[in-house]
Amino acid sequence: MMDTDDRKERYRKVAYYPGCALEGTGHAYNRSTKAVGKALGLELDEVPNWNCCGAMEVKNVDPKVQTYLSSRVMAIAASEMHADVVMAPCNGCYHNLKKAEYDLAHDAASRDTVAAISAKAGHATYEAGQVETIHALDWIMHGVGEDELRKRVSNSLRGLKIANYYGCMYTRPRHIFPEKDKGPGSDSTLKPHFMDDLLEAAGAVNVDFPLKTACCGGAHTLSDSDLSTKLVLNILRAAEAAGADVIATECPTCHSGLEMHQVRAEKVLGEKTTVKMLYFTQLLGIALGLSARQVGVQENVSDGLEPLKARGIA
Amino acid sequence: MPIHEKSLIRPEQIRYHDKLVMDGIDVSGHWSLFVEPRVVTDYNEKLQDEIAALPGGERIHRCWQCGSCTNSCTVNAVNPDFNPRFWIYLIRMGMESELLRDKEIIWQCVSCNKCTYACPRDVFPEGVMKATAHWLELKGHTPQSKSSMFDAEFTEQVVATGKIEEGRIIRGFFKRSGQPLAQPWLIEMAKRLARHLPLKMGFLMGIAAIVRPRTRGWGRARGALEDYIAGQEHARRKALGLDEPGSARAHGAAKAASGAEG
Repeated sequence: MMDTDDRKERYRKVAYYPGCALEGTGHAYNRSTKAVGKALGLELDEVPNWNCCGAMEVKNVDPKVQTYLSSRVMAIAASEMHADVVMAPCNGCYHNLKKAEYDLAHDAASRDTVAAISAKAGHATYEAGQVETIHALDWIMHGVGEDELRKRVSNSLRGLKIANYYGCMYTRPRHIFPEKDKGPGSDSTLKPHFMDDLLEAAGAVNVDFPLKTACCGGAHTLSDSDLSTKLVLNILRAAEAAGADVIATECPTCHSGLEMHQVRAEKVLGEKTTVKMLYFTQLLGIALGLSARQVGVQENVSDGLEPLKARGIA
Repeated sequence: MPIHEKSLIRPEQIRYHDKLVMDGIDVSGHWSLFVEPRVVTDYNEKLQDEIAALPGGERIHRCWQCGSCTNSCTVNAVNPDFNPRFWIYLIRMGMESELLRDKEIIWQCVSCNKCTYACPRDVFPEGVMKATAHWLELKGHTPQSKSSMFDAEFTEQVVATGKIEEGRIIRGFFKRSGQPLAQPWLIEMAKRLARHLPLKMGFLMGIAAIVRPRTRGWGRARGALEDYIAGQEHARRKALGLDEPGSARAHGAAKAASGAEG
């Protein structure tokens, strides 16, 4: 890493944007992210009175409404919290804040629309560059790092075999992630590796998993369930073929999509798969000595305790 | 755009004979295959402009038909009829009737953005797919897709309260799309979740189902968003020539007219 890198300092305390999913189906991700932050001495300051980022659905109705919704979250972080880093663990939120940042920096029409709606709504207009949006992976990778993490592991993952699944929104489209693909110290949009690196530092073995950035069909998880089930089944089967005990996730939509369609594939297609899903923060928390309950393993649908127990980790 | 797409040949227009001898030469099977010509007379010269007027479609004119989008497409791998490159070709050629042959599947794009990643011309094919799906609905060629129903349910909740609650979205979507909520696989999922879920979590989830989460002081944002969305919808209808000035019934009339053409 570069000598001029001040991220270790800047990421120590960040504005936290959990988003709607982390208050619902992704609750275990919320719980484990907070627990891991605490265990690693990183501080989270939740954005007060935040709103939904717009997810994929609002973008489909009108992209600029999504830009406004995401900009409002960043506006609060910048003007009320005086924060310069916003951390969003959900891929959808992370993606949307990054996309809003890009559009506001490059598109005058987006700037005008956001300024007009913000003025009517009665709050400060967000201006590109006021905050840096990061993912939970960036937060731990740059705020702590692999070496430091390795030193803090008290309950090694003991060779637990993991397929790391990043999904779509963490890397695509690449133009909204200017900090990626910058060589050593940055993540790759073609083959992301931050989650692999962190879990390896925690004692896991990463299997050679070809579908790291495949799509789980999350956009149509209910509106075109048959397609989503097929796509998820591909991912589950590929992970099993690669020898994985666990698929590590870093997105609540991917995670619940994999869990839901694993059940649906079994019920509707008679296709049973046994690989389990755990958030990467749950795995890191356990490696840092937290209990399965403290990182919300029992809040998952798939029984993540089973592979952990099998290796004597939990 | 010189790529000759096999899909332009309709199966019913392919002719060949298992046994055929012409001038003493055996031309049985493939050797006698020919395609009966047809004449396309209903070019819509405005088609590209109409798609470009909708969000996501703005950059369609940049396409040079390399096929990277289709080659990288998640849905194409599952259903070969899902072909973004071909649809962009048809739109740019104004071949509306050919495009309409695939109208039932265009909305199935999963927005994985592999096409946007692969596209060397920054066409943003994902946006073009969304614009095309909107166009089909606005013109009355297709009813509202389940995906659009989901989007509408979600957006209405966000605009109303600033936040969404997933249970409420799921219930609203199933109601809107006329599906029973009691899907066997959803029930199985709830059962598996309940097996380990601590009581406290179950209680909190029950509360979320009753008390709607909302962003404090959202009222003014809601008003601003409703005004903006209504304005945009009006502008889009106008761009597609769907609104007669001063006619509130223009929507129904346009729908009937496009139905008659189709």
